[in-house]
Amino acid sequence: MSLALLALFVGFGLLIGVLFGFFGMGGSFLVTPALLVMGYPSRVAVGSGLAFVFGTSVIATLKHRDLGQVDYKLGVLMIAGTTAGIEVGKEIVLHLEELGMAGSIISVTYVFLLGGIGVFVTYEALKGGDGDGGVDHDAADAEVDADDIPDIAKTIQSYRVPPMMTLRGGVSVSLWMILGVAFATGLLSGFLGVGGGFIRMPALFYLIGVPVPIAVGTDLFEIVFSGGIGSFLYAMDGGVDLSIVLPLLAGSALGARVGSAATSIVDEGEIKVYFGLMLLGGAIAVAVREVGNVYGIPVFDTVSLVLILGSALLVSGAVVYSSVTALRAESATGSATLD
Amino acid sequence: MIDVASLPPTAQAGALIGVVLLEAMVLYVGYGAAEQAIGQTLIERIKNT
Repeated sequence: MSLALLALFVGFGLLIGVLFGFFGMGGSFLVTPALLVMGYPSRVAVGSGLAFVFGTSVIATLKHRDLGQVDYKLGVLMIAGTTAGIEVGKEIVLHLEELGMAGSIISVTYVFLLGGIGVFVTYEALKGGDGDGGVDHDAADAEVDADDIPDIAKTIQSYRVPPMMTLRGGVSVSLWMILGVAFATGLLSGFLGVGGGFIRMPALFYLIGVPVPIAVGTDLFEIVFSGGIGSFLYAMDGGVDLSIVLPLLAGSALGARVGSAATSIVDEGEIKVYFGLMLLGGAIAVAVREVGNVYGIPVFDTVSLVLILGSALLVSGAVVYSSVTALRAESATGSATLD
Repeated sequence: MIDVASLPPTAQAGALIGVVLLEAMVLYVGYGAAEQAIGQTLIERIKNT
């Protein structure tokens, strides 16, 4: 491997690590398309992407655990419900393949879901205005303020079907509601063939009412298992290339540290705006790629990759910039108080 | 020295994932130590520039 390629993988890993540590997502949907465009076979692109996501999620989960932002009980319940959902999702895909409709339905669903969540999250965050409605990132175990819980989550929490589960942040939800949300997110994950972080993280916040930092930490905990099992299965078929995974991981480990630390510095309203914008960028990129596939325009694959990388670079840059600005503002406030 | 190529596919896959997990743990500890050593200085420098 050339030094330039090594530096490219480490740099790319750094970029993804910031997003992964900050949002608890953004691994596979960035790495796999990039490796495909670089000419790697799909098996290696997907397998190495999964192995990379596994390694990064281990690091990011450990970091979030240090910050007290992982709810293990919720994580285990989510893994159980998601696994069942993925199996059903896969069956639906197989059935649609028999009918010859799988490709187009999956692509359209993916674009609308990614774009829809992106618009919704951005709208909600902008509606929140100055971010005063945010949850205190330093107090993951503190009782969550009722005003901070989204309306849909309040409705779901109001169905008090026993047994009730008490989650971190003082949230109380029926076990069946958690399993239902986990099953639904797993169903979409299996249907779309994606890791599902971009579905699960907002689902934990908007549907169950878990504070954003805990939603991110718990989502990462779940990705350790899904990424580990997925990469193991691909590795058995020779789909994991360590010359790709190891340098990517070296960069992302540093980025994940920066991203995780930034969740405790940056205002939650800003986190949600960035998250929404990145999903919108991803949705447009997938739509461009599909249009290219339908009309046989190969250059659209490259345009799609540039869009994905561009939005990732923009959003990770914004995360770092916001953190630096917040630290400087904190310093200025401290100086003014002393004066 | 263990010849990984001679192992069955399951063991080979396990070894590959084990290498990724080992690197992840080493990086976590290594970068963690670096953060402890220079993190605060770096934050102070960012605040004061």
